[in-house]
Amino acid sequence: METLYPTTVAEAVEALEAGVTPLAGGTDLMVEVNFGHSRPARVMALRRIDELAEWDEVRIGAGVTWRRIERAGTPRALAQAARTVGSPQIRNAGTLGGNVATASPAGDGLPFLAAVDARIEMQSSAGIRTLPWHEFFTGVKETNLRADELVTAVLLPAELPERQEFAKIGVRNAMVISTVSCVVTRTQSGATTVALGSVAPTCIRARRAEQMISAETDPGPEALEEFARLVAEEISPITDHRSTAEYRRHGAGVLARRLLERCLRDPG
Amino acid sequence: MTSQTGQRLGVTGGVGESTIRPDGVAKLRGEFAYAQDLTAEGMLWAATTRSPHARARIVSIDIAPALAIGGVHAVLTHDDVPGRALFGLEHPDQPVLASEEVRYWGEPVAVVAAEDEHTARLAAAAIEVNYEELEPLVDPEEADRRDDVFRRMTVRRGDPEIRGSVVVEGFYEVGMQDQAPLGTEAGLATPDGHGGVDLYATSQYVHVDHEQVVASLGLRPDQVRAHPVGIGGAFGAREDVNLHIHLCLLALHTNRPVKMVYHRAESFTGHVHRHPARMWFRHEADDDGRLVRVEARILIDGGAYASTTGPVLANACYFAVGPYRCDSVAIEGVGARTNNPPCGAMRGFGAVQACFAHEAQMDRLAQSLGMDPLELRRRNALVTGDIMPTTGQRIETPLPTQEVIDSLAAMPRLDEPPTSDPLQLPGGTGLTSGLEHVRRGVGYALSIKNLGFSEGFDDYAQARVKLTPAGAVVESAAIEVGQGLVTVLAQIARTVLGVSEAEVRHVDTSRIDSAGSTSASRQTQLSGGATREAAERIRAMILEKYAADHLDDEGAWRGEELVVPMSRLATEGWEETVTFRHPPTEAPDENGQGTLHADFAVAGHRAVVDVDAELGLVRVVRVDTAQDVGRALNPEAVRGQIEGGIMQGVGLAIMEELILDEGKMRNATFTDYLLPTILDAPAVEALLIEQDGSWGPFGAKGVGEPPTISSTPAVVAALRAVTGRPLHRVPVRPQDMALESVP
Amino acid sequence: MIVSFRLNGQQTTFRFTHPVSLLNVLRNELAAPGAKSSCDQGECGSCSVMLDEELVCSCLVLASDVEGSEVTTVEGVSGPDGQLHPVQRAMHEAGAVQCGFCTPGIVVAAVELFDAEPSPSASRIREALAGNICRCTGYGAIVRSFERLAGREAP
Repeated sequence: METLYPTTVAEAVEALEAGVTPLAGGTDLMVEVNFGHSRPARVMALRRIDELAEWDEVRIGAGVTWRRIERAGTPRALAQAARTVGSPQIRNAGTLGGNVATASPAGDGLPFLAAVDARIEMQSSAGIRTLPWHEFFTGVKETNLRADELVTAVLLPAELPERQEFAKIGVRNAMVISTVSCVVTRTQSGATTVALGSVAPTCIRARRAEQMISAETDPGPEALEEFARLVAEEISPITDHRSTAEYRRHGAGVLARRLLERCLRDPG
Repeated sequence: MTSQTGQRLGVTGGVGESTIRPDGVAKLRGEFAYAQDLTAEGMLWAATTRSPHARARIVSIDIAPALAIGGVHAVLTHDDVPGRALFGLEHPDQPVLASEEVRYWGEPVAVVAAEDEHTARLAAAAIEVNYEELEPLVDPEEADRRDDVFRRMTVRRGDPEIRGSVVVEGFYEVGMQDQAPLGTEAGLATPDGHGGVDLYATSQYVHVDHEQVVASLGLRPDQVRAHPVGIGGAFGAREDVNLHIHLCLLALHTNRPVKMVYHRAESFTGHVHRHPARMWFRHEADDDGRLVRVEARILIDGGAYASTTGPVLANACYFAVGPYRCDSVAIEGVGARTNNPPCGAMRGFGAVQACFAHEAQMDRLAQSLGMDPLELRRRNALVTGDIMPTTGQRIETPLPTQEVIDSLAAMPRLDEPPTSDPLQLPGGTGLTSGLEHVRRGVGYALSIKNLGFSEGFDDYAQARVKLTPAGAVVESAAIEVGQGLVTVLAQIARTVLGVSEAEVRHVDTSRIDSAGSTSASRQTQLSGGATREAAERIRAMILEKYAADHLDDEGAWRGEELVVPMSRLATEGWEETVTFRHPPTEAPDENGQGTLHADFAVAGHRAVVDVDAELGLVRVVRVDTAQDVGRALNPEAVRGQIEGGIMQGVGLAIMEELILDEGKMRNATFTDYLLPTILDAPAVEALLIEQDGSWGPFGAKGVGEPPTISSTPAVVAALRAVTGRPLHRVPVRPQDMALESVP
Repeated sequence: MIVSFRLNGQQTTFRFTHPVSLLNVLRNELAAPGAKSSCDQGECGSCSVMLDEELVCSCLVLASDVEGSEVTTVEGVSGPDGQLHPVQRAMHEAGAVQCGFCTPGIVVAAVELFDAEPSPSASRIREALAGNICRCTGYGAIVRSFERLAGREAP
């Protein structure tokens, strides 16, 4: 079996042309390999590409690990999410780009991307293209990424909302896949976004709830309840071995309300 | 931790000390050899082909595609089993390899040996089995209706007409818990070149493995040797045969050493689980809270094959009342046969299921009476000299139920309030819960369980003690599962012989008789009893031979005079082999009556939980306990058993369950079968109640199971205290606490 | 292909023929069975190793991805003359070992923690070990051993 060790993105995308499985932190692909579900003939290990680990205000390289994000503490809600990704071992290996490319409905980093309207940057030998998150993610572990493209970065808006909070429900108090995850952001002017994970095939935004609460300059208890109700109404959760649709609906509303309360209480 | 008594008996490293385990350094260095680490020259790897259906007829098996793969040495099916086609711990009913029908998801159909693990797995996947799917029977109630059962039993005592003034009735459920030992099933079988085989595989009971391998291979007993090896935990999962016969078949077939290691998903199907239970209970009491009558119906799902469903059901029925007096009892038990995964032994063995129900009932009774839950238990406490409410047996060994209750009541609360550190709040790093969402609850529960094997089983353990120049040597086939038997047997030898050097050697089935199973909390009492008696005989013979009165590291003494130095004694070949039996028990009569149990242990737990009721999330803050241990031979090791057992009880209370869908497991991975992490671990304060009088060595009782039994209901009682919900099922799920009505 | 890396300070090579994990190669090709195989998916920590100064699950490292890297397993944490690392000594003395199957992974994770932070808080200790499942001890003795090592007694 062949393994490629590119050190630049240019080399990597050239290799993709010829058909090769990219390997970032290994935390998704290797489970498939260990269980005999995947048997890639050629693998391209990405961790030697320094470019992918670059990180500035508006662009987080796909190779940035959860551990780095957790330690940086910023962006706040993404760092909060990073702390809940698997175990310390997983956070050392797993990357933001891996989370994006795998596109699990439970991807811990994805609600933040949805909440701030991030774009996904992809590169192929034809060049760079970007897609807004909602065009990139198309279904359960399905994206618009082409086989000859590599996720190279996540692009953030120049101005992030001043207040942003993440939380995730799991049955265990660490190292757990979410049954609901949520990010709420709010600007000083009151513009609010709410994004949820594990409650639909992809991350989703609760737009009606956003609209309703963004119009409230100083939301009182009734407005918060209405916000929670709208969030619960807008999602389409399923029942599986991890939870029930009813609980996910309930949990989504509660989490969204609590996170909004935190945003309101803690003015940045 | 504190203990009520505790006195050293002379020698360093003897009984009563917290001696450090001798295998600890090797384990810390990664040098300790577990079954999965074994290798042999010329070794092949094996893999298993398993049924993808819960029930199906096998129409045909085509092994040709597997044999066609380079490096494959053998592909075996049911036709290749030379001896008895069936195996089973209680009675043989499970095919070594399925022949006409598969009866559960994951049942082995064929095994393969190949040059390496990868090739073996490819070959196992290449075997073409043509199945005709059949409707699986997955509902144990339906199995009961069809009379498809492994055992039905009745325990009946006292006046059936008597009625109390206060009545509580409830239905309870326990989900399927997995032992989830960290080491998966693994083993190595090596042919001896003369038609026999040596087996080194994960086990809790090598002599019963030996017996079953011999039967299915059609060999003489002396042609098979089962060796104790390092294993990564057990908790009941390793009493039954799984890969043992397969490995020996392949080794003899290929005349090469053969190794097999189950993957985690395979491990979940490869061993038995804790029986799921559905239980109806009716308690009647008088106005003072004294139990007048207890009625129960207990249905457990045994899955596809018998394993230990019979004795698990019996335990659930015999301990259905808990450690309480009651003179009128009627328990009906059913062990259903279904196409669910087979269930068998797991820590607590039937008492766990019943305890969840009877303790919920006791709390409801206390509530109905407006009585403190501990006071209700105190009024009913079953103690030494009392009659077991179920079996009618008089309790002859110490049963400090009263002391357990009083100790729990007197233990300091240590209820530090939660802080805003998310690690100390429900939801943990998920940041779900703020201090304002959290309320605290406290709950209590008590349990009783038998120690050792019961119902007339000839339960014994053999051990051999030798005095050698290297010190005392204890030989035994008892399995060290991590609990520390390897420490405690040496402590016993040191104390009796007065020598500081003592070592435990695990020997194979050809070199010693059975030590019985490392289960039922029995090895400290049984193998410990054999070790003590063997050492005592050696000591007595030496003292007699030399007319001496004292033995220690220097030798044998008569008064102040050293009559013979140890250097000489150690070369005299002193050696004794003892088979130790506990007091005999008898088989039950048709009403489940008789002297069925050799000994009992009681334990009590107090759980403190912080609950975010709106989201149904929990942090178990602490679980304190008072436990009847007879005599703590190694207090730190006892504490280790208590803390570990409590953690498994907490796991059952709030997260651990194998979820089945038409007989197929939905969560047979560590991603979805959740085990508690260090952030889910409660603080534990343990009070050891020591009382003389048990037949175990130095009065010791088994300590492994009680921590797992009443910790679960204590946690759930605490959750009820916060949420006000009935919570009749474990594990309690977030939706059970957070949603108005659970669909 | 031939993969070359440093294992516990020793230059090491192995032949990589099909996709397998580093854990598999350590255990089956390189006679380094200290890292244990338990869950095969990064959910138990039994196979923890250091890869280029990061604590990782070796079951989730494609073996060929260690090319040119430095890997330290439990076999490599003891001192040069074989004495136990303070982490190992603390666990030994506190009775933090039972079946021992999780032990090598916990040793490696704790060595990483204590090398970075000699006196971590109780919360830090717990969070750093949240990826290492122990099924025997209930974590009590493990917590006590590391709180003692950190200079704190368990509460």
